[in-house]
Amino acid sequence: MKRIYMDHSATTPCDPEVAQVMLEYMTSTFGNASSIHSFGREGKKALEDARERVAKALGAQPAEIFFTSGGTEADNIAITGVARANLKRGNHIVTSAIEHHAVLDTCEKLTKEGFEVTVLPVDEYGLISLEDLNNAITDKTILITIMHANNEIGTIQPIAEIGAIAKEKGIIFHTDGVQSVGKIPVDVNDLNVDLLSISAHKFYGPKGVGALYIRKGVRILPISFGGSQERKRRPGTENIPGIVGLSIALEKAVNDLEKDMDYLINLRERLIKGITERINHCQLNGHPNKRIPGNVNFSFHFVEGEALLLMLDMRGIAGSSGSACTSGSLDPSHVLLAMGLTHEVAHGSLRLSLGKHNTEEEIDYVVNSLAEILERLRAMSPLYNNDLKAGGNC
Amino acid sequence: MYTEKVMDHFSNPRNVGELENPDGLGEVGNASCGDIMRISLKIENNIITDVRFKTFGCGAAVATSSMVTEMVKGKTIEEALAITNKAVAEALDGLPPAKMHCSNLAADALHKAIEDYQSKQK
Repeated sequence: MKRIYMDHSATTPCDPEVAQVMLEYMTSTFGNASSIHSFGREGKKALEDARERVAKALGAQPAEIFFTSGGTEADNIAITGVARANLKRGNHIVTSAIEHHAVLDTCEKLTKEGFEVTVLPVDEYGLISLEDLNNAITDKTILITIMHANNEIGTIQPIAEIGAIAKEKGIIFHTDGVQSVGKIPVDVNDLNVDLLSISAHKFYGPKGVGALYIRKGVRILPISFGGSQERKRRPGTENIPGIVGLSIALEKAVNDLEKDMDYLINLRERLIKGITERINHCQLNGHPNKRIPGNVNFSFHFVEGEALLLMLDMRGIAGSSGSACTSGSLDPSHVLLAMGLTHEVAHGSLRLSLGKHNTEEEIDYVVNSLAEILERLRAMSPLYNNDLKAGGNC
Repeated sequence: MYTEKVMDHFSNPRNVGELENPDGLGEVGNASCGDIMRISLKIENNIITDVRFKTFGCGAAVATSSMVTEMVKGKTIEEALAITNKAVAEALDGLPPAKMHCSNLAADALHKAIEDYQSKQK
């Protein structure tokens, strides 16, 4: 059975060319970048070339790029590092209700160290309000951390405007760019950010490696110890194969950005149109166009997300859901709830995140499959009665 | 994650639907927690002659509902009352630990349907 992968926001397949280059750095150019000898120097050169590539892709300077084990670690270093370094100036952090747990849990942990956190609400599209942000800022605010694009609903925040506010008030601004980098234009100066997290496996790079951009002049205190690599911001022997892989994957993604965006937006709109035309009692979650090109997220009424995913999986289709059953907790996705969805509607959510290898044929197959699956699940559902068959359009 | 038996009951659920004028009707769960099971029964001479279920919930929820209807058809009311959630899970060769509580309400729905029947007899 042909398998169709539509979970690119979870992870992407590593580009084979990238993997090929990485293999070289695992087997032949394998030196530890800190070693004095020729093997070490080769490793060091590969590391610094990679750093330059990443800096160029983001509009930054090489000295502002620090490699990590991924987006989660980058978020941890950024938030905890900035908070602790600025404790004397203030203890207030502002974030949003729809951040990834890497941000929310880190902020939560900081409240145990004496920091106060304001969590900005979002509207029905998942957008924060600049007015709320302005009102939340006090003279004790030392950090604003708001994600560029949300992983579940794809909504893109007004980062440049938030950054402008932060700049004007002298507050450090971090954005989690894990879901935006490689998918939409990201330039650290256009966006007015001081820190930016990225993760390679979201843009056809390898898993286990990411980076944190830290604007020159922004101080952080490190959160782990044991070496002087990455100028002590992130000690530990550098994962050169991963770092090289990340840098090449990022370079490719940025070079192909416009082409990929056009292609994905076209596919996305085809999928959204197909679903809204064939299936009733459903709603698109997130903003119609301030949205990551490949992200489609619907709530289907009267059915539950895990059951939906299982049936899709039986037809070879891979997606994800915000239902409680798939999150492993008793509550459905905090992102969907923050947008104002009821628990019931959040439980019936489906996220299909498209990638550059998906095709129109696949989209059409998925739409047909969804129509069949929903008919089956709704026939089984105590919440759906046949009188509802007509009407209730998306 | 799920056993073969669970996947079988999920993809080919037995006894889906509702009975017209059921002798007993029971519903457990709620939409905000993500699971609702409704069971309707036809009872003659103390025996459950027919049963149907409707479920809003995950794979385990559907499978346990389907399995309980299979286990209970043709049984006496006393036998049906003795069926536990644990027995349903065992009949399915087990459920993942996380699924044992929230989605394993099928026997509860069955018992509620029987209680409904019994309360109508008084």
